[in-house]
Amino acid sequence: MSTFLGLPASTAPRGVGHLRGSEPFPAAARRALADSQLRRNLGKATTTIRAKRAAVVAELPDWEQLREAGRAVKTETLRHLDRYLEQLEAQVSQRGGTVHWARDATEANAIVTGLIRDAGATEAVKVKSLATDEIGLNDALAAAGITAYETDLAELIVQLGHDRPSHILVPAIHRNRAEIREIFLREMGDVDPGLTDDPPALAEAARLHLRRKFLSARVGISGANFAVAETGTLCVVESEGNGRMCLTLPQTLITVMGIEKVIPTWRDLGVFLQLLPRSSTGERMNPYTSMWTGVTPGDGPPRFHLVLLDNGRTAALADPAGRPALHCIRCSACLNVCPVYERTGGHAYGSVYPGPIGAVLSPQLTGVEDNASLPYASSLCGACYDACPVKIDIPSLLVHLRARHVEEARRDQRRPGAEAIAMAAASWVMADPGRYAAAQRAGRSGRLLSRGGRIRSLPPPLSAWTRARDVPAPPPRTFREWWRAEHRDPP
Amino acid sequence: MSVTGMRIALFVTCLADTLFPDVGRSTTALLERLGHRVVFPQAQTCCGQMHVNTGYQREALPLIRRYVETFEPYEVIVAPSGSCVGSIRHQHAMVARRWGDDQLARRAEAVAARTFELSQLLVDVLRVEDVGAYYPHRVTYHPTCHSLRLLRVGDRPLRLLRQVAGLDLVELPEADVCCGFGGTFAVKNADTSTAMLADKMRNVLGTRAEVCTAGDSSCLMHIGGGLSRLRTGVRTVHLAEILAATQEAG
Repeated sequence: MSTFLGLPASTAPRGVGHLRGSEPFPAAARRALADSQLRRNLGKATTTIRAKRAAVVAELPDWEQLREAGRAVKTETLRHLDRYLEQLEAQVSQRGGTVHWARDATEANAIVTGLIRDAGATEAVKVKSLATDEIGLNDALAAAGITAYETDLAELIVQLGHDRPSHILVPAIHRNRAEIREIFLREMGDVDPGLTDDPPALAEAARLHLRRKFLSARVGISGANFAVAETGTLCVVESEGNGRMCLTLPQTLITVMGIEKVIPTWRDLGVFLQLLPRSSTGERMNPYTSMWTGVTPGDGPPRFHLVLLDNGRTAALADPAGRPALHCIRCSACLNVCPVYERTGGHAYGSVYPGPIGAVLSPQLTGVEDNASLPYASSLCGACYDACPVKIDIPSLLVHLRARHVEEARRDQRRPGAEAIAMAAASWVMADPGRYAAAQRAGRSGRLLSRGGRIRSLPPPLSAWTRARDVPAPPPRTFREWWRAEHRDPP
Repeated sequence: MSVTGMRIALFVTCLADTLFPDVGRSTTALLERLGHRVVFPQAQTCCGQMHVNTGYQREALPLIRRYVETFEPYEVIVAPSGSCVGSIRHQHAMVARRWGDDQLARRAEAVAARTFELSQLLVDVLRVEDVGAYYPHRVTYHPTCHSLRLLRVGDRPLRLLRQVAGLDLVELPEADVCCGFGGTFAVKNADTSTAMLADKMRNVLGTRAEVCTAGDSSCLMHIGGGLSRLRTGVRTVHLAEILAATQEAG
């Protein structure tokens, strides 16, 4: 069944936002793997979050049913996404909000820039938001002379450090507290020079720094965790209270939301508010859950704008096999259990969406060709699928996107590379037992390369294996040769 | 009560056939010792997993067809590999369907339902945990990702190992973390793969076991390749080889 929103499905445009890396994953990963501080920071952080998550998930006897409910709600929503988005638009408008539709990052950035200008502001405070990071909003605002202040502690660390987020939930997971202290001392300006790297001291420094911004900013910018179509209610969950400040103090609130974040009813929200905190921070409940419906005179910002962002989502929706990537609720459980992510960190993925979900989401938003190395950045171990609160079968999606990559290259009649030729040859050989046995016999010449039953060096591309791993020498007889010699029933 | 006298078709897997024939011989010896008849259909080649997992589904299709046609006549099929059985169970029909061959997909589903990984076959179908093996070594077990998370073999291999006479089984820390093999991942992302392997080896060496075992020759080739390169003196041995070992055989 296909969902058609009436727009041609186009991928996220190049040259704007943060969905594409500057180099393929293996090259970026190689550099990250050599960074011993990064390896230690990541190992420590992911181990801690993994243990917390495992403990709180184990508390719920109906966890599997909850996951299934989450999956079912998302499947149903995406199947009728057009209907739920129109319902959301109608409800938000009816309750005093204004809805804007942004086809891509460029349009969304222009809409938000225009709204801030209309408000007569040159500053905005921001709640941590992946959608605004995806479209490169801060850069676009800076180009228009508007300063955006990140107020989530980790986002603040990233912003002050002129850095990129490396984790969906913990954007500064690659930093330890000593590094954070250095960044604060160097960049904050108004910080006590005697600042220690004690976490409460660092948090207090950030609190004092941000308080002034909260009180002066006239515009707040947020993303959305969920939007309930039946009443037009937006929902943001967070842990620090900075979101509550941004969502209530300014005169104008602008929310940028990916179109897949809509859910039909409040009843559905109940499912996700159980799944999300346990999967993300390993908490039973997140400290702050903010919900607002349009505008309420005398309570909160008098002006509310909702920007509905496509930026490649319709293209992802158009591929029924790849579509489940849009179920993601951005909990980051898959990152925390991924053995690849734990060792390379998020920057190696080049996109604001790193880790297993990023490896399937980013290529779908940009088109596979623009993120061609990401679907291969996984050993397909399956730990992500087990951890996902909405049961996204990430390994199968990775395999699907690898196939799309190979097939698109073939369709575009790009010259087959060495790999494609080798795969075709292997298929031809393996499709016939006679050819296969002949190839086995030919491969036995590999014995000439061995010493003591081990081969220590092979030519490219297999040299990538033998740089760190021996290969056993081919045995004198294959299994099938042994069988023929020893057994009686050749069918 | 254990089952006896079954006729079991062996899918040895291309890797064991070519590089680890002892795994196939051990699987055969073990099942014959338990009173079953093992047959080896000679038309078999490869399940096609490498092609599917690298994106070459069109090239995998003839291999899937070959597997289905070769093993369709048999009631029970065993393979000494969680990964290959995982591919047969979870990918064969999917690929056939994606390439428009619904009839092949239906046949593939039927054959896949009769294809078992070795520990599944022993515990679930043949209903045996003590296979009468003797293996006087200190051993640690690495649960391979596909046996664990695609096939859900759970603790079946451990239940089998616990019954082996003379065997000193030591728990592997962080056992369920991938060793970093991942098929062509080991070559395409060799650095990341090696970093994962380094941690797996650290855990294996920490157990002070002489032998690291698993149900997949591919993962063992990876772990063993690293252990051998570093001259650790720890060797990798397939589960089938341990279960086939007896006091008589020495």
